[in-house]
Amino acid sequence: MIASPVRMNPQKQPHTQAKVVTLSTPRSSVARRRFPQRLSALAGHILPPLVTLAFLLVLWEVICSSPTASVPSPSRVVSETWELIVHPFYVGQGVDQGLFWHILASLKRVALGYCLAAIAGIALGALVGQSDWAMRGLDPIFQVLRTVPPLAWLPLSLAAFKDGNPSAIFVIFITAIWPVIINTAVGIRNIPQDYRNVARVLRLNQFEYFTKIMIPAAAPYIFTGLRIGIGLSWLAIVAAEMLIGGVGIGFFIWDAWNSSRMSDIILALIYVGIVGYLLDRAIASIAKVVTRNTLSA
Amino acid sequence: MSKPYLSLEQIDMVFSRGGASTQVLNQVSLDVDKGEFISIIGHSGCGKSTLLNIVAGLTEATRGVVLLEGVVVDAPGPDRAVVFQNHSLLPWLTVYENVKLAVDKVFSGTKSRVERHEWTMRNLELVQMVHAKDKRPSEVSGGMKQRVGIARALAMEPKVLLLDEPFGALDALTRAHLQDQVMQIHAELANTVLMITHDVDEAVLLSDRIVMMTNGPSAKIGEVLDVPLVRPRRRIELASDATYIRCRSAVLKFLYERHRLVEAA
Repeated sequence: MIASPVRMNPQKQPHTQAKVVTLSTPRSSVARRRFPQRLSALAGHILPPLVTLAFLLVLWEVICSSPTASVPSPSRVVSETWELIVHPFYVGQGVDQGLFWHILASLKRVALGYCLAAIAGIALGALVGQSDWAMRGLDPIFQVLRTVPPLAWLPLSLAAFKDGNPSAIFVIFITAIWPVIINTAVGIRNIPQDYRNVARVLRLNQFEYFTKIMIPAAAPYIFTGLRIGIGLSWLAIVAAEMLIGGVGIGFFIWDAWNSSRMSDIILALIYVGIVGYLLDRAIASIAKVVTRNTLSA
Repeated sequence: MSKPYLSLEQIDMVFSRGGASTQVLNQVSLDVDKGEFISIIGHSGCGKSTLLNIVAGLTEATRGVVLLEGVVVDAPGPDRAVVFQNHSLLPWLTVYENVKLAVDKVFSGTKSRVERHEWTMRNLELVQMVHAKDKRPSEVSGGMKQRVGIARALAMEPKVLLLDEPFGALDALTRAHLQDQVMQIHAELANTVLMITHDVDEAVLLSDRIVMMTNGPSAKIGEVLDVPLVRPRRRIELASDATYIRCRSAVLKFLYERHRLVEAA
């Protein structure tokens, strides 16, 4: 009986009886705590990288603060490239374009080369995965060709296409195709015999087997290949564009180096890194959606 | 006498790897009537799954033929639908889609879109899986997966339903439940069924005839036992039924006295 007035006006209770109050209202306190909890969990993920980044920037600033430093400090990078940062959509003459256009041009080349590589890679991988003869005939060739560095293809493709743009696209294609072929082939070789038997009992034709069994069953492997491929493509495009010229983030970097604009290079590197990261995340999230049901039952 | 519905004629199966060859099946002959429920029982390694695969057309016999309604079986097909031991549902399709895939393929020319949907639902109802039709195989229990496997096979309207140790991987209670369901479906649809099992009670409970295989290598049919129990059969009543006990002990004697698996001793 003494307890009931205690609950009526909790704020006036002495310290020892405060426990009664907290125990009597657990439900509302949980509900109220949920939002700050989520916030703190978020902070736990965002704070560490921010702190590290701030630390590195300060370190960089300190090391490169002398006016004779060969690499500009972060503050100098920002002040020197401010025009580029605030006008990404600037349109000028020839290669004098805003950074957005440079990156877009590079992305277009990557998109085209990569899509061709994905289509051809899955088709060739399916062939190699399905047929022992194709496997024996083609695999050694693939294993040798895939070790050729992407840029080594450039002179050959320039000779063949006689133009920079298709050559760059070809370099992307030839860079991205190997991991797609090899992973697709492995994925198709690993399709369980059970699924093949189901297809045989149902008398699925080649096309139905390809779309209804092969591609979904091999999807996790295919996406592994696609994800490696997109990373390699983005690595290769910057190097290829340095050599072929024209609008593109690779040539932008090369051009900046030739005019000794170190700050521009640093800004471009940051953009290249961010775009590369976003490309990887994009493929990874597509893979997640597409293959979420392919885990074995 | 009329020709048998399904007949296996002098099936030999020899697996050869490198120079060595092993004879797995030796002169296996069996006639099955329409609507009959046949169990094939034997110790593991006696080639009973191989025999089923030969009937299914998934494996080609070295010698001998399988005739279904007088026609030679030489390739797999939906007229001999298989319920695989490990269900073999496609994990990227829902329960409904797994059955629908078979229905769409088998009845693409003969049923309209609406009819195919209804037929899919009808078969899911038969195994009482309508409630989980939009779940993925990974989201339902082992017994449910096997029920979907059965629904998929039944949906093909097979001439012969082939069951490859369909309940082997299930716990005893789920197994009993599924056996009852299979009996009910068999009573309703009068399918011709060929079932592989190594469970004596299951064989006696479900079958019209039990085919007992001798041990491999070079396994053959040792004995065929008629199970003259009236249907519908109820497992509780059968437990004390004289005919049931006689059949059961006949199978047990065959398996454990005359054809004991040497390694298992």
